[in-house]
Amino acid sequence: MATPVLDKVEAEAAESPYITVTFRIRRFNPEVSADAVWEDFHLEIDPKERVLDGLHKIKWDLDGTLTFRRSCAHGICGSDAMRINGKNRLACKTLIKDINPEKPITVEPIKGLTVLKDLVVDMEPFFQAYRDVMPFLITKDTNEPTRERLQSSEDRERFDDTTKCILCAACTSSCPVFWNDGQYFGPAAIVNAHRFIFDSRDEAAEQRLEILNDRDGVWRCRTTFNCTDACPRGIEVTKAIAEVKKALITRRY
Amino acid sequence: MSTTETPAPGIGPVEGESLYTVDNPAPLIEAPRQRTKKTPKSTRGNFEMAAWLFMRLSGIVLVVLVIGHLLIQLVLDGGVSKIGFAFVAGRWASPFWQVWDLLMLWLAMLHGANGLRTVINDYAERADTRLWLKGLLYTATVFTILLGTLVIFTFDPNIR
Ligand code: HEM
Ligand code: SF4
Ligand code: FES
Repeated sequence: MATPVLDKVEAEAAESPYITVTFRIRRFNPEVSADAVWEDFHLEIDPKERVLDGLHKIKWDLDGTLTFRRSCAHGICGSDAMRINGKNRLACKTLIKDINPEKPITVEPIKGLTVLKDLVVDMEPFFQAYRDVMPFLITKDTNEPTRERLQSSEDRERFDDTTKCILCAACTSSCPVFWNDGQYFGPAAIVNAHRFIFDSRDEAAEQRLEILNDRDGVWRCRTTFNCTDACPRGIEVTKAIAEVKKALITRRY
Repeated sequence: MSTTETPAPGIGPVEGESLYTVDNPAPLIEAPRQRTKKTPKSTRGNFEMAAWLFMRLSGIVLVVLVIGHLLIQLVLDGGVSKIGFAFVAGRWASPFWQVWDLLMLWLAMLHGANGLRTVINDYAERADTRLWLKGLLYTATVFTILLGTLVIFTFDPNIR
């Protein structure tokens, strides 16, 4: 049984869940300076809120020039991948209490892509690699959608993991091979190729495998597992890449 | 701000002084490297796959060769103290050890060279740097393989 005194203390604590958190944000504006700088913002915020809520507070109440992408705010659209405390995550899926709010929370744009302003990067090379693997159903004879294309649940299960991708680029921009020169196809393109290569209804697996047999294709993967760690959808990215490598070898020899 | 225009209602003046004007535009952000018409088409082929497979297969063989080599040279039968001209001459009298060392030389050199080629590809950012580092690597590799092979085949135990 709690004493009345304790109840009161608890009630007071519950009244103010707010704590002071420092957001240390990597700012870049090419019209002001050629260099990116760190800027600190101090917020009163409930630690059960997300990093995205913190960014909103800054943009709406403190500094309207802060620029970042977000759309759904619920981990679906994949537009707010950023480097938070040195790790790629979705700002809308990261709770402040989970990333040690005692210390300043660093927020940077994802690496390996040109920064346009603050946290916004040019996603074009990322989507170029995605388009290159032909991420759409290809069938040889019947292209018209005349009837349902049936598939057993086991066949569907085969590529289930890679259907979950939201194209946030957290994986590709966490890959040290991609950081080097941006020519590597990157984990996300391979994940999305995997989704069709192992789909029993699709008939262009051979073409996609050939595309990924490129000098900058799957063989540049060094198995660092950064992509698997980064994926906000929990996709086993490195495993998917390994399966594509294996398919390339076993389907030929 | 030298403008005297009154902005449309609801739009405040731009905060701060802009560094750039029409005559002095903001720096252009370079387009990221993309696969354009200029980038080589012939980047496909089975070389990278072969290299990848070779690393794994040669690795497996190297485990046996290198551990055997280290045991014989450094651990068994008195360890390092026994190594001398006579010991090497004795081993190379047998074709078995000649083949062993030759295989180890070739596999380790090609494996190591291909590994370093990967490292160069992963770390060197400029095309020039890559070219020079790889040139150096290939020269050193070919030199070492040829010299080692020459020694194994022409070794003369009676040399004075
Ligand atoms: C003892 C048995 C060995 C095994 C099982 C082995 C295995 C491997 C494998 C599988 C890789 C590829 C790693 C990747 O693709 O990410 C590799 C890379 C490499 N190996 Fe070996 N190796 C062995 C011995 C050697 C020796 C004797 C040398 C030196 C002559 C060497 C030098 C390298 C280098 C420089 C790399 C590149 C490192 C990297 O890619 O990060 N290895 N090794
Ligand atoms: S695989 Fe995961 S990390 Fe990569 S783009 Fe898709 S959802 Fe994002
Ligand atoms: S805003 Fe859509 S995924 Fe985060």
